[in-house]
Amino acid sequence: MAVLRRVTAVGCAVVPAAFLGVFFLYPVGSILVRGLGADGLARLVELPGRSSFRSVAWFTLWQAVASMVLTVVMALPGAHLLARRRFRGRSLLRAAATVPFVLPTVVVGGAFLALFERLGLADGPLRLTRTAWAILAAHVFFNVAVVLRTVGTFWESLDPRAVEQARVLGASPVQAFRWVTWPHLWPAVAAASSIVFLFCFTSFGVVLVLGGPTRATLETEVWRHAVFRGDLASATALAVVQLAAVVAMVVVTNRLQRRRAVAQRVVRRMPPPRASRRLLAGNLALLGVVLGLPIGVLVERSLTRGPSGGRGGGQWGDRWGGWTLDHYGALADRVNLLPVSALGALRNSLVFAVVAAGLAVVVGGLASVVVVHGRRTVARAFDLGMMLPLGASAVTVGFGMLIALDEPPLDFRSSRWLVPVAHALIGAPFVMRIVVPTLRGIDVRLREAAATLGATPAWVRREIDLPIAARALAVGAGFSFAVSLGEFGATSFLPRHPDQLTAPLALFRLLSQPGHALRGQAMALAVVLMLATALSVLVIEGWGRRGTVRGDL
Amino acid sequence: MLRFRSGPFLRRPVVRNLVVLTMLALGATACGGDAATTAVPISSGGAPATEVVTAAPSGPVTLITHDSFWVSEGTLAAFTEATGIEVVHQMAGDTGQMVSSAILTVGNPLGDVMFGVDNTFLQRALDAGLFEAHESPALAGVTDELRLDPQHRVTPIDFGDVCVNYWIDRFGDDLAAPTSLADLADPAYADLLVVQNPETSSPGLAFLLATIAEYGDGWEDYWAALRDNGVVVTAGWEDAYYGEFVSGGGDRPIVVSYASSPPAEVIYADPPVDIPPTGVITSTCFRQIEFAGILAGTEHRAAAELLVDFLLSPTFQEDVPLNMFVFPALATAQLPQSFMDFVELADDPHVLDPADIEAHRNDWTERWTEIVLR
Repeated sequence: MAVLRRVTAVGCAVVPAAFLGVFFLYPVGSILVRGLGADGLARLVELPGRSSFRSVAWFTLWQAVASMVLTVVMALPGAHLLARRRFRGRSLLRAAATVPFVLPTVVVGGAFLALFERLGLADGPLRLTRTAWAILAAHVFFNVAVVLRTVGTFWESLDPRAVEQARVLGASPVQAFRWVTWPHLWPAVAAASSIVFLFCFTSFGVVLVLGGPTRATLETEVWRHAVFRGDLASATALAVVQLAAVVAMVVVTNRLQRRRAVAQRVVRRMPPPRASRRLLAGNLALLGVVLGLPIGVLVERSLTRGPSGGRGGGQWGDRWGGWTLDHYGALADRVNLLPVSALGALRNSLVFAVVAAGLAVVVGGLASVVVVHGRRTVARAFDLGMMLPLGASAVTVGFGMLIALDEPPLDFRSSRWLVPVAHALIGAPFVMRIVVPTLRGIDVRLREAAATLGATPAWVRREIDLPIAARALAVGAGFSFAVSLGEFGATSFLPRHPDQLTAPLALFRLLSQPGHALRGQAMALAVVLMLATALSVLVIEGWGRRGTVRGDL
Repeated sequence: MLRFRSGPFLRRPVVRNLVVLTMLALGATACGGDAATTAVPISSGGAPATEVVTAAPSGPVTLITHDSFWVSEGTLAAFTEATGIEVVHQMAGDTGQMVSSAILTVGNPLGDVMFGVDNTFLQRALDAGLFEAHESPALAGVTDELRLDPQHRVTPIDFGDVCVNYWIDRFGDDLAAPTSLADLADPAYADLLVVQNPETSSPGLAFLLATIAEYGDGWEDYWAALRDNGVVVTAGWEDAYYGEFVSGGGDRPIVVSYASSPPAEVIYADPPVDIPPTGVITSTCFRQIEFAGILAGTEHRAAAELLVDFLLSPTFQEDVPLNMFVFPALATAQLPQSFMDFVELADDPHVLDPADIEAHRNDWTERWTEIVLR
């Protein structure tokens, strides 16, 4: 029995370890070694003495912490609503919340700027344009979904009777949350927060577009030094600092998650109570402002013409060109700036996303099992290692793959499958962060009971862990899918055949020339990308729901 | 030799056959001795057909380009038709990404020919030893100004200008449209200009180089004046043109963009327009020249030479303007009317020696950051 357990454990560990090792650790290690050898070590030593570095590092850190806190605060009420209340359109809202994830930052940045303009926040005392506040607002927009979904999924699996009992015993709703819900919920909040933190810590496009030219993060600095200045040594020094900070952060949050995880019984899901109108309205208003307004701007732009007439076409200032659906029609035709039509690019993205999500579920799912059931040191190594791709800069990963995966047996750098592999690296930690709290939450008595009844460990895993984790796996798969659909950074560094153009890259290309036809088409593509995401997430999570088994004895 | 790729690629029948065929061909070449050298006629626009004796070119030849590269369908096929060599096209990000990744993979290149390194990145690429020399016979049809590398490690393929653009309707009797770099620093044009950060944007860098070419050591004072005059700086072209410039709904009527932006405003207009709403200040232009080169370490040297020559052929050159919005390097190439109608080419654009650019750009951009952003 012990031998069997060992064999299964090794089997579980080998796949994610090999995946992470070949496609992340080895490439990143190669580029860091190369850069540090080329004078990077000297740069690294002198970095702390530079005031410009200190201010970049400080800004990177505080904006990430602030973004993380703001995101959690904004998302928790919504997570409660999704987890604990029943209302029409619940699964739709769930899927819709994932949508911001796939939007390229250049598009979202433009939407925010337009929004500030319209709300009178572009100038004057309440100016948001080119401030840190704009960056924070965009980070909340992008990341609300992470908290909403990861915490919401876990919250749903908590036993509502404990809160009900507390209420019966006279606790106020706030007290019940503080003393009953929170101790159980905390690991999921910590897990979501760590993802949000890493995303904001390595934020790139948002910082460049919304922060104005004076704001920089470690991520933008790595890119500027590596790509624009051709200074690999400095870029590597910065990348080392970034990775070190990421490792430290992940170690801390992982410890928090472990310490506070309280085992709980998985209960029969009772239909949650209907949401009251007021609660629903309040929450939807909040989400509407955070998520709806910027998306609204995009939709509007995709449906309107440019200002009519060009030069001499009436009074300037009359920006209204009328409604149109032409931009959507144009998606099927190839513009001469793109090697394929916009729809063709979307199809490429969908294919890559299916592969990436599949890889992420396998790798992230197996890694979760190792983290929860593996030997302590191995579990911690996986818990840390799998998170790192989220916090590594696209430059480091992209360049690393180019120089490391260039010779047989690892000659992958020109393979078309390197793109979904890179996407899966970012998707797998999502799967893991959602699945691990769920697995940890499974009442150990359930397993013991099964074992007493004669079930082998493998059987227990299949019959108890897997069905209970199916929901979490599906949510993770949905996220990986969305991450892949929207990924831009690492993709742009990998050599690609033109006919494999992905939707975000196509969008970027469309915005690289003047002309309202191109701009309208870019916006239409963004909207279709959002719809495709919402629909896919809906379908993927539908599967997960069907697979759910009531983990009750 | 064909570079072996692992995985499903080799398992595809077409590819497997290709490998076998290539090996057979190579075997024949190796055994054939002198007989294997063949005469390959190359015709270039206007120039008489030349006969080059070379080893039998074998492919496929891989062309690495930046993401902005595109030609009409069938253009690269024309090369395959004429030579029997298949072209595999790969894109590798923007120019900076492409050059950086080529430098990292020098000696074991991602492809055989690279297209798109421009004069702002040229010296860095040459210093890194990215390219093998090849003097294309078609160079005869290219003007001297574009031929920046006397050793022919790179071949000029096209050029375009980065220029200040303005929204025509915003100027008139009250305030004439600006005509020079000096105008932009004039208080009459206060708070109208938007430029890109030269540390993060290629047109931004080109515009900084234009001011350095114009003012020499006085460029720092000029930028201090621009700053006092309320210049807005964005990270990239998109944010400037679509965020701050009138065309995208912003309120600034002067922007750093391309000489080809006005024709694009017509070609991609919605609703259609007859004349562009924007104009170009030709005295502010900086010339960007794009080159192609054979990547050092190529295993298809002969095929790569043919491909570079093809990039200078009329077939390719005349296809360039409407796809990439740049001018062909070949002087005799015919330009499409819809492109020529609205494009103004600067007679005397600003230029700087690539070696100068590479030697100073990091200092210049750092100084620029201190002057304009701090």
